[in-house]
Amino acid sequence: MARLIRMDQNGHTTLAEWTVGDTAATDAAVAAFSAQLAAGYYAVVSTGEGHAEQVRALPERAELVVLRRPIAGG
Amino acid sequence: MSAPVLPETAAVYWRPRIDAGRLRRRGRGWTVSTFAHTIPFLATAVLLIALEPLSFPVAAIAVVHAWGIPALYANRGANVVRPRPRAAPAPERTALGLLGDLLAHDARDLHARTGLAPERGRLGVWLVAEAGALLVRAGGRRVDCWCVKVEGDLPSADRTAHLLLALREDEEGFATVANLAFSGAPWRLRRRLPAPMRPALAAARALADQPSPGDQVRPTPWPT
Repeated sequence: MARLIRMDQNGHTTLAEWTVGDTAATDAAVAAFSAQLAAGYYAVVSTGEGHAEQVRALPERAELVVLRRPIAGG
Repeated sequence: MSAPVLPETAAVYWRPRIDAGRLRRRGRGWTVSTFAHTIPFLATAVLLIALEPLSFPVAAIAVVHAWGIPALYANRGANVVRPRPRAAPAPERTALGLLGDLLAHDARDLHARTGLAPERGRLGVWLVAEAGALLVRAGGRRVDCWCVKVEGDLPSADRTAHLLLALREDEEGFATVANLAFSGAPWRLRRRLPAPMRPALAAARALADQPSPGDQVRPTPWPT
């Protein structure tokens, strides 16, 4: 089962879970994904050891999509 | 296909994108700056002693300045990885679980021992903390200290995970967004680092001394 999680003050929160072919769950995940992007989060998926990629649409076949906040120089 | 660009670089559009050549030039600039801070004080001390040996207390003060100013810069560099106050235990545990999932076994072990998450990139070997990162360049003879953070109330491991993911998205963009707090010899930084973190610097130096396999993903074990 794929998961959409957001890193937050709780450690992380699972916002949606879906499986490919489950249209209702996928639609809910897409809605949650879009809402978080609109709120200023960036979505990232791991693409192998040491590599990650920002995504702007929910990759339905990804196992884990992580929402992170923007970083800035300290 | 164009390489992915970290979106946060748009907020620092005036900065030239960091690459290996620009990093080398900035490193040389730091070396010149260190000499510029040190040599005038040392020269003053020598001149004072030569002119009037009884002026040695003033000469000693000049020598202390020559030693102290570079040490302050190194301390500033070490500050980027100093641990910050922790969140409540439960969120910290949850965040640590996610960070652990992002790291390979050896890297996870090094993070557990030192608080620094290692990551090998094209620019060198990174040690990621919660509000900054160290970059040990290839060859292990120079380390850059980058101050970079995520805003908001987050557990420590989540802060590290944020920086790690951003680094993995776009290493050069990550270095462009971050502020360079120090660049110099690892021995200068090592003395200023909290003792538990020093083995991570040694491990990163050992790995940075090995030939880089380029962009190839490799499960290189971390020296212990």
